[in-house]
Amino acid sequence: MKIVGFLLLLAGWFLVLAALEMLAAATPRALFLIAGFAVEVVGLVLVFRSHLAGDEVES
Amino acid sequence: MPPPAPWISEITTALCLLSILLVPLAVAGLALLNNGLGKSRSAAHAMLASMCVIAVAAIVYAAIGFSWEGFGGRAAHVVSIGGKPWDWIAAQPFFLRGIELNASPVSLAIVLQMFAVAIAAMVPLSAAADRWRLGAICASTAVLAGWTYPLFAHWVWGGGWLAQLGKIYGLGNGFLDTGGASTIHAVGGLTGLAVVWIVGPREGKYTSEGMPVGIPGHNLTNVIFGCLLAWAGWLGLNSAGAMLFGGAGPSALVLVEINTTLCAAASALVAVVVTRIRFGRPDASISANGWIGGLVASSAATSMLRPAAAILVGLVTGLLVALSVEWLELWLRVDDPGGAVSSHAVAGLWGLFAAGIFAGMGFGSVAPGQWVAQLVGIATLVGFVLPMTYGLNWVLNRVIPYRVDSDGERQGMDLHELGAGAYPEFMVHSDDFIQR
Repeated sequence: MKIVGFLLLLAGWFLVLAALEMLAAATPRALFLIAGFAVEVVGLVLVFRSHLAGDEVES
Repeated sequence: MPPPAPWISEITTALCLLSILLVPLAVAGLALLNNGLGKSRSAAHAMLASMCVIAVAAIVYAAIGFSWEGFGGRAAHVVSIGGKPWDWIAAQPFFLRGIELNASPVSLAIVLQMFAVAIAAMVPLSAAADRWRLGAICASTAVLAGWTYPLFAHWVWGGGWLAQLGKIYGLGNGFLDTGGASTIHAVGGLTGLAVVWIVGPREGKYTSEGMPVGIPGHNLTNVIFGCLLAWAGWLGLNSAGAMLFGGAGPSALVLVEINTTLCAAASALVAVVVTRIRFGRPDASISANGWIGGLVASSAATSMLRPAAAILVGLVTGLLVALSVEWLELWLRVDDPGGAVSSHAVAGLWGLFAAGIFAGMGFGSVAPGQWVAQLVGIATLVGFVLPMTYGLNWVLNRVIPYRVDSDGERQGMDLHELGAGAYPEFMVHSDDFIQR
């Protein structure tokens, strides 16, 4: 789960970069960018959850 | 951000140098803060570790860090994507060779950042206090000062692709961060989060049911005095940053000092009120985190905000810091004794976003799309810098184990690693492990 979380973080960042490069109009670019950011948030949640799960296993 | 000037006036140079000389006070303030918020049995270790962090950061940054960071207008590696230039890393010689160290803007930037990188490296130290070994601290600091910080700082302050978002993609003035909310604090705070994940919580911090146990800081006087020292340091940091990286002149410094103070003041007061409401009485350590968080948030665009906007940014910062300290500890099991993740990463990211909203309403002229540029920078910090710094520290932990062993932690970092306590006339009690 941790690795998936970090990969989602990177994927979200690549979406943000893709939005910059591929979209010229302001509104679609901003929406695409926000979508990339949302993917990062999902990745961050997964990373946090994986560390919670890791704590439980250790205890 | 506007490209740095190749030449600045004598008065600007003098003021810049004066401002830079205040920055070590911020480092000293953070060292006291780290010391006070940790356990008494690790107090000497915290101060020695701070000194080692400063030493390693300065040497590694001067030796190799600046080569990757560079300065606007100097040699860099540029790749072309879709016909557009992406400046991703500088190409300067190691050991500052060939740099004119004569009060030119580039030399002033080097001095400022030798101190700034020490501030960034103090943040993980605060987050992983009481269980992070000294050798591992030095190794992690070397990686931060030699790679992570310079790479991101090049993108923002060295004429890199984030700084050029305005020129290439028409996004405002490019990513805006005149005082280091991203380069210093968000990078430091996210590295702190990565290190906390790697070392895990302190022994006795969580019960078997997963509830956090309060382990109060051992010297709140040091904590508050550290906040006041940091205030002086931040006035210098924000002033020097505004002149070197924001294109501000000496006349803008009054606004910088006012906004820095207002932002910190509003943030600290909100933290006092929030903790008074939540816990029945104000919490000194979280209020101190609120003060530091306000200083951090002010760093993003302090020369471009109106004073009322600086107060508003501070109010939100105080709320975010006070609540995130609790959430991180209670719900996410992030044992961060210094509150560094909240006061540096959370406050820094909020300050950067707020700069995109409020900078256009202030004194500097900002082109449309500034908030989008800020969002790209924030996405880069969370989506690239966090995984990278976690990966680097994870590998380093395999080579040099980060966490002290169980006996060492119980004994205290002072006795275990240094052989002597900070307060030899006092008995060491096991009160840290009693549930309050």
